[in-house]
Amino acid sequence: MVLLRKGAEAELYQESWYGLNIVRKVRKVKTYRHPKLDLKIRKSRTGREAQIMHEAKGSGVPTPLIFMVDMTSTTIIMQYVAGSRVKDLLHFLSSIERLRLCSQIGQLIGRLHRNRIIHGDLTTSNMILSKTGKLFFIDFGLSEHSEELEKRGVDLLLMKRAFYSTHYSFAFECFKAITEGYAVEMGEEACKNVIERVNKISKRGRYESKR
Amino acid sequence: MICLGIESTAHTFGIGLVSSSGKIIVDINDTYQPPPGKGIHPREAAQHHCEVAPKVLKQALQKSKIELEKIDAIAFSVGPGLGPSLRTGATVARALAVWLEKPLIPIHHAIGHIELASLTTGAKDPLVILVSGGHTSILAFGDGYWRVFGETQDITLGNLLDMLAREAKFSSPGGSVIESLAHKGEKYLDLPYVVKGNDVSYSGLLTAASKMYKAGSKLEDVCYSVQEVSFAMLSEAAERALAHTEKKAVLLTGGVAANKRLQQMLKIISKEHQADLFIVPKIYSGDCGAQIAWTGILACQSSIKVNVDESFIKSKFRLDKVFIPWR
Repeated sequence: MVLLRKGAEAELYQESWYGLNIVRKVRKVKTYRHPKLDLKIRKSRTGREAQIMHEAKGSGVPTPLIFMVDMTSTTIIMQYVAGSRVKDLLHFLSSIERLRLCSQIGQLIGRLHRNRIIHGDLTTSNMILSKTGKLFFIDFGLSEHSEELEKRGVDLLLMKRAFYSTHYSFAFECFKAITEGYAVEMGEEACKNVIERVNKISKRGRYESKR
Repeated sequence: MICLGIESTAHTFGIGLVSSSGKIIVDINDTYQPPPGKGIHPREAAQHHCEVAPKVLKQALQKSKIELEKIDAIAFSVGPGLGPSLRTGATVARALAVWLEKPLIPIHHAIGHIELASLTTGAKDPLVILVSGGHTSILAFGDGYWRVFGETQDITLGNLLDMLAREAKFSSPGGSVIESLAHKGEKYLDLPYVVKGNDVSYSGLLTAASKMYKAGSKLEDVCYSVQEVSFAMLSEAAERALAHTEKKAVLLTGGVAANKRLQQMLKIISKEHQADLFIVPKIYSGDCGAQIAWTGILACQSSIKVNVDESFIKSKFRLDKVFIPWR
């Protein structure tokens, strides 16, 4: 059993399980929050993650296979995907490769949205490019079902924020490529509406010089 | 070098004198208090600042025993904040700069919170958690700018607490009243918990809490539950940012940084990720002149200044738009 990653919400262990190479995702008790709140959050997110991760496959978005869900220990056992996180990868790609990858990210987000799935935590840490060249989305703990423009807007806003905070030197071109990929799946009109909403949401915050 | 800093973004008019070695020579602040149950009225706040400005300045000079002529630069909070309040402070700053023929330095109020907290705690390259009436942001520095990793999508944490206090007819700022009431609360009430990635949203929580209070829930329990839920939301977002950025220091600053329960939650999270938590000292957590004066020193050393006839205030100034050459 190897600790693969200690995320904010859960710990990920890589291990062998009945001969399969798996990831054990454990949502541990968070002692900083009230026990009642803690239990509610862990249970609802574990259930939701397993359910929606499974549904995402049906929309044509690669996600790890789920082998087992244990609600008492809020644990999910899923397929281990060998590859690199997009966060660690972006820097090493050529400009063309990077834009191609971003456009692909946009398409996958579009597929989720078209199938009434909101990811809820789109960052480059939550995407894995597998060794076989397939792009996987992971970490569906904050996901939900919705077709609302608002939810789609928030989803893309978080993606945009992730680029501007972590990959700021090429954030502009990357997000543009994501938008173009997104439009391929959603259609130009729908894409335009979502982007308009993204701008509207960011202006809702306390300070915005262009208001 | 000595910088005189003037703070006047919202309810506080303050003057601080700080030297380039980082010594806070004096920090005099006077806060406008709205009537209980009411918020800050911008005009009234500006009127208050107008009245206390000469007194605060005199006091600062007397207490520090520094003559006006010995001051090397005048810094003022240029934004963000309430227009009338900002204009009052800016007017005093312009007058001093012209009279003394010293450079006038525009300072972003929130950068002031971060820099004063860095000075007083010694935190190096931290993940900043800025919580006040004006800001609720999770930030890290990169390539000349503070990068926003997460923030509130609507009202701030300070807003939430102030408005809840107002609802219960207490006076603003209401953070400390809420904290002491929360201490007596026992029952945990179910309130909406809204985390969107690294962002939080508090407006729904405020509505739900107000409704509960009006429907007869004990105020102590409401305050307790609001603190539990709102702080847990921020802590989760902070933990995500911490896991993502892998910083080894966390810096808590802004008015709400004084809250013990919030400090406790962030301490647990920081420890979990092997990071040190730095908390701004209570006297410098709220708005004060020293935050502007110290940042004024840093800015002045990087040759940042503004001509008096171009020294407009910026009431909606975003902090990720400020270029920081000194970090």
